[in-house]
Amino acid sequence: MSELRLDAVSRWYGNVVAVNGVSMTVGPGVTGLLGPNGAGKSTLIHMMGGFLAPSSGTVTLDGAPIWQNPGIYRSLGLVPEREAAYDFLTGRQFILAMAKLHKLRDPAAAASRAIGQVEMDYAADRTIGNYSKGMKQRIKMASALVHDPPVLLLDEPFNGMDPRQRLQLMDLIRRMAEEGRTILFSSHILEEVERLASHIEVIVAGRHAASGDFRKIRRLMTDRPHIFLVRSSDDRRLAAAIIADGSARSVQLTDKGLQVEAVDFQRFTWLLPQVSRDAGVRLWEVSPADESLESVFSYLVAR
Amino acid sequence: MNSTIAMITFRAMLGRRRALLLLALPLVLLVLAAVLRYTGNNDLDISADVLQKFGLATLLPLLALIAGTGVIGPEIDDGQIMYVLTKPIPRQVVVLTKLAVAIVLVAVFAVVPTLLAGMVLTGSTAGMAPAFTAGVLVGGVTYSAVFVALAVASRNAVTIGLLYALVWESLLGNFAPGAKSASIQQWALSVTDAMTSATPVKSTVDLAVAVPLLIVVSLGGTLLAAYRLRSLSVAHAE
Repeated sequence: MSELRLDAVSRWYGNVVAVNGVSMTVGPGVTGLLGPNGAGKSTLIHMMGGFLAPSSGTVTLDGAPIWQNPGIYRSLGLVPEREAAYDFLTGRQFILAMAKLHKLRDPAAAASRAIGQVEMDYAADRTIGNYSKGMKQRIKMASALVHDPPVLLLDEPFNGMDPRQRLQLMDLIRRMAEEGRTILFSSHILEEVERLASHIEVIVAGRHAASGDFRKIRRLMTDRPHIFLVRSSDDRRLAAAIIADGSARSVQLTDKGLQVEAVDFQRFTWLLPQVSRDAGVRLWEVSPADESLESVFSYLVAR
Repeated sequence: MNSTIAMITFRAMLGRRRALLLLALPLVLLVLAAVLRYTGNNDLDISADVLQKFGLATLLPLLALIAGTGVIGPEIDDGQIMYVLTKPIPRQVVVLTKLAVAIVLVAVFAVVPTLLAGMVLTGSTAGMAPAFTAGVLVGGVTYSAVFVALAVASRNAVTIGLLYALVWESLLGNFAPGAKSASIQQWALSVTDAMTSATPVKSTVDLAVAVPLLIVVSLGGTLLAAYRLRSLSVAHAE
């Protein structure tokens, strides 16, 4: 059981602050590092992986500093976001080389095991240059698993994968976590994080915006005022009914339809059909107007 | 040294067309030597000129630049270096291995061809072939150390290296004698000069100065590379 701890970590590049005073503890299980593109997720992962010195604060693994401490890699596996592996090697040669670099006692067996774990046996003897994106992702995963590390860091592992590869990788990560590993992966897609992570850390604009299990984060994200665009057979009558019901804070008549600011996401989506039925109005369209992840994040930050 | 890193580096350097490129320059030198000998133009002056201007002053720095930066620069640029650095291996071992590979490549593609060209041109006259071979070898070690360090320290290692070899050593050396003395080429030539009795070989730097400088610069380059690799930060992607 390993614990990765960030203590008041900041990182800046000249005048630009990429990560701003982040403290968090990552324990066993799957932790999702969620945030929009450019929020500082990669910078954080690079600091956790020992590829970037924190400008201030400390990053430690079970108490040992990560920066300039190659010994740490005995218990840390890192899957970088960049695709480039050694394209001229076959998958097996690559993983075997990684096993040898770790000075494992039986590198060939370790390589076979890691390749088996990511289900790449069928393609292990082809050169990596000819792999698909998903296969490359899996062979990179095998390279991080070859020494059976208790901690695994994955930087945007699902980028560019098709849905089937995505599901396979999710299964694999879940399996790894069930074995008691500490796994952290970054993503800018809420749905990915929600399906996989038991614990979520949200990073927005370099700041630690929220932390907790996914239900709590989900609630934080849905408990904000939501804006819906509603089109119906009789907008005026529906507007009156919604206001009377009290589940919305404001209703605005626009030429595109009704713009409704709901107080409570769940209550509103549940009540709207009833209200419109009772008012004898037919709903044509109900669409959330500001569901982009960025607006959700900016709400979290503003809180 | 780490044999796995060396294996990967050799395969990356010698894979596909790269090896042919490395072979082109030494082949030109050998063909030139053969033609000169066949046409009877291989007197001591011309031979020394070819070995010095082509072998020591062109082939050596260019190959050392390709080898020295090639063993580590592309890996840093493309990010594969992460796979080596995320291992419990001291960074100086990584640097020493990369340097050793670069030196082996320089030996194969510059030192050996210089020896062969020297033998073709001069046979055993005035000990010129072994003298130039030794000069190219010590120069190759120093160039390699400098260019490996450059590749770790800068993304523009190839450009800087070219500027140094072409502008500083070759061009400025012709105008400013001071610049001439501060060049690996002259230090290497000094070693050659000391080993051959041939008069056309003339170095501007004393052997007693050149040898310590060669050693200091080689060690300095190696230490700098190891130091910089210890705190290598990945490119900021966001």
